[in-house]
Amino acid sequence: MSPVVLVLIVPAAASALLALLPGYRLGARLNVVASLLTFLAAAALLVLPRPAPNDYLLVDDLNIVFIVLNCFVGLTAAMFSAGYIGHEIETGHLSPPYVRFYHAMYQLMMFGMNLALVTNNIGLMWVAIELATLTTVLMVGIYRTHEALEAAWKYFILGSVGIALALFGTILVYVAAQPVLGDGTPSMVWTNLMKGAPHFDPALLNLAFIFLMLGYGTKVGLAPLHAWLPDAHAEGPTPISAVLSGLLLNVALYAVLRFKMLMAAQPAAIAPGPLMVGMGLLSLIFAAFMLYRRRDIKRFFAYSSIEHMGIITFAFGMGGPLANFAGLLHMVMHSLTKSAIFYSVGQIVQIKGTQKIDRIRGLSQSHPALGWGLALAILAIAGMPPFGVFLSEFLVVSSTFARAPALALLLVFGLLVAFGALLLHLNSLIFGEPDSPPTPVRISPSAFRLHMAIVLMAGIYLPGPLVDWFQNVARLLG
Amino acid sequence: MGHMSFDIAHLLAGGLVLVSFMMIYQDRLHALLNTFTLHALVLTAAVAWQAWTQGADHLYITAAIALIFKAIIIPGALYRIIRRLGIHREVEQVVGTGLTMLAGMGLVALSIVVMLDVTTKATAFAREDLAFALSVVLLGLLMMVTRRNAVSQVVGFMSLENGLILAAAGAKGMPLVVEITVAFSILIAFIVIGVFLFRIRERFDTVDLGALDRFRGEMR
Repeated sequence: MSPVVLVLIVPAAASALLALLPGYRLGARLNVVASLLTFLAAAALLVLPRPAPNDYLLVDDLNIVFIVLNCFVGLTAAMFSAGYIGHEIETGHLSPPYVRFYHAMYQLMMFGMNLALVTNNIGLMWVAIELATLTTVLMVGIYRTHEALEAAWKYFILGSVGIALALFGTILVYVAAQPVLGDGTPSMVWTNLMKGAPHFDPALLNLAFIFLMLGYGTKVGLAPLHAWLPDAHAEGPTPISAVLSGLLLNVALYAVLRFKMLMAAQPAAIAPGPLMVGMGLLSLIFAAFMLYRRRDIKRFFAYSSIEHMGIITFAFGMGGPLANFAGLLHMVMHSLTKSAIFYSVGQIVQIKGTQKIDRIRGLSQSHPALGWGLALAILAIAGMPPFGVFLSEFLVVSSTFARAPALALLLVFGLLVAFGALLLHLNSLIFGEPDSPPTPVRISPSAFRLHMAIVLMAGIYLPGPLVDWFQNVARLLG
Repeated sequence: MGHMSFDIAHLLAGGLVLVSFMMIYQDRLHALLNTFTLHALVLTAAVAWQAWTQGADHLYITAAIALIFKAIIIPGALYRIIRRLGIHREVEQVVGTGLTMLAGMGLVALSIVVMLDVTTKATAFAREDLAFALSVVLLGLLMMVTRRNAVSQVVGFMSLENGLILAAAGAKGMPLVVEITVAFSILIAFIVIGVFLFRIRERFDTVDLGALDRFRGEMR
């Protein structure tokens, strides 16, 4: 069986199995095992020869980056989740039936995201992103507190509107393709669309792209459509915050990138770049200022995700081999660093029993390993050398300076504002007098350390084959 | 497509826009649900007509889902919910009816101008169908932003979705329409269950600032 099928079947089967199995310990272990198998299947895609694209499945240089990243963070988040959930059960925040539901939804979400990434069909992609959204909505609301339900409802309504707009855009793409490619399924297949794009009606494609950008842009968390994101991150279980920031935003971005490539294949259509550059810059600068007044630690890092998605969208909007390379690298680095931060924050919140930044102080004294680890991760996400985020941000800025200095100034301004906010909060979180006695840390830090090690490695030395691979994808993106 | 079948399709799609307008000025939830039922019935007729003229049998399934799910089950469930929640009397509107109607007319004009302008190469039917569908979508969005009540927001979302189904049914030979209808139905079922289980009455109309400040960091 081809690994691309396994990437889909393993999470789907695991979801059904987890829904049936009682016992949260067994469920948590099975969740990790299933995620590991999915990751191995994804890694096999890298090594084995790729299957030829058919009407439903496609593996190419672009989506394989996303699939491997998705399955890797899915695995480490499952590892973190096992310890996290155990603590939530002991403290009575979650009951075993809810945890069973949570594990089943986790694998269903992985299935939805992987399907969105490997599908060759724009309609199926839409259905898959909707499935992934629905499952995360259910997990965000799992604590059943007033705030959690409110966050889930807001996410639900805004996500549904976004997804509805994206569907209208998808229909418009079909209407543009149908006269060229004929009725039925062939007009919804990526590989056909890319070949036929030069003959599509440009005006119709323009309109379609605006709907798709607004629709999937809502899911990427771009300002001004980001309102669901901070709530969903703050009120859900922390492993889900990590997965939302690290993966789901990327999946929506992948959809935007695919449609951008389609637009680029029809020279008479508007250039999609300026729209993406504008929304990216707006998100970056807006989120950078919003970082200052945050009092909830998870909400704080959620705004940081909006900021980084803005940078990534900006880079892809600029286009060209260098900016695309930088955008792709930044996406990978952000996913790894941000999920690592959420693994660390999840433990801190469980130890301190609060998400308020004011009440989390002196981590360097009360929990040195955890505190210094978080400090390093915050420095990494702020773009300090020697971490990988520095490298990718540097590439984004330098490639922009060469082509549009005015935009580069705005970009640097946003980055500096965000940097200030991150250092400010870093100071209050790590230093000062701790207000609670040290309590033991229960969760294994392996997931956090693994991510940070990769981010550090990438900052010091990028292996040659990886660079070649990313450069190839960057060329593909145009 | 013959002259007659074109006219009838035109009539039904235009009817859907008209019913969308009717929903905008319903200021009671009960009447709003009645109008939504009418909306779903018109959609059923429009999709069934498309299925017949295009000879696309799978669209009959979409029409059947629209009829059974949206015209019978969902309004029935929502009637029960609003009676249980005791909110069947009024709909709170953020903007006045007159202003909303004017905004609605502006949106319809916008969608017709935009759509007829960009679809010059498509067939006459596809052009007008898309223009009507976009109008229904925009009117649904308008309804979602001008209402505060969660139930009327759900109704606004469903009418928006009806516009999408109309567009998908009108795009000749579009695959996956049935699957998309089913996916949407599941989405709506979740929303309705959510409203019922969690007794959501008001929409949460804050954007992170203001009233949300008091929740921040106070979870658990």
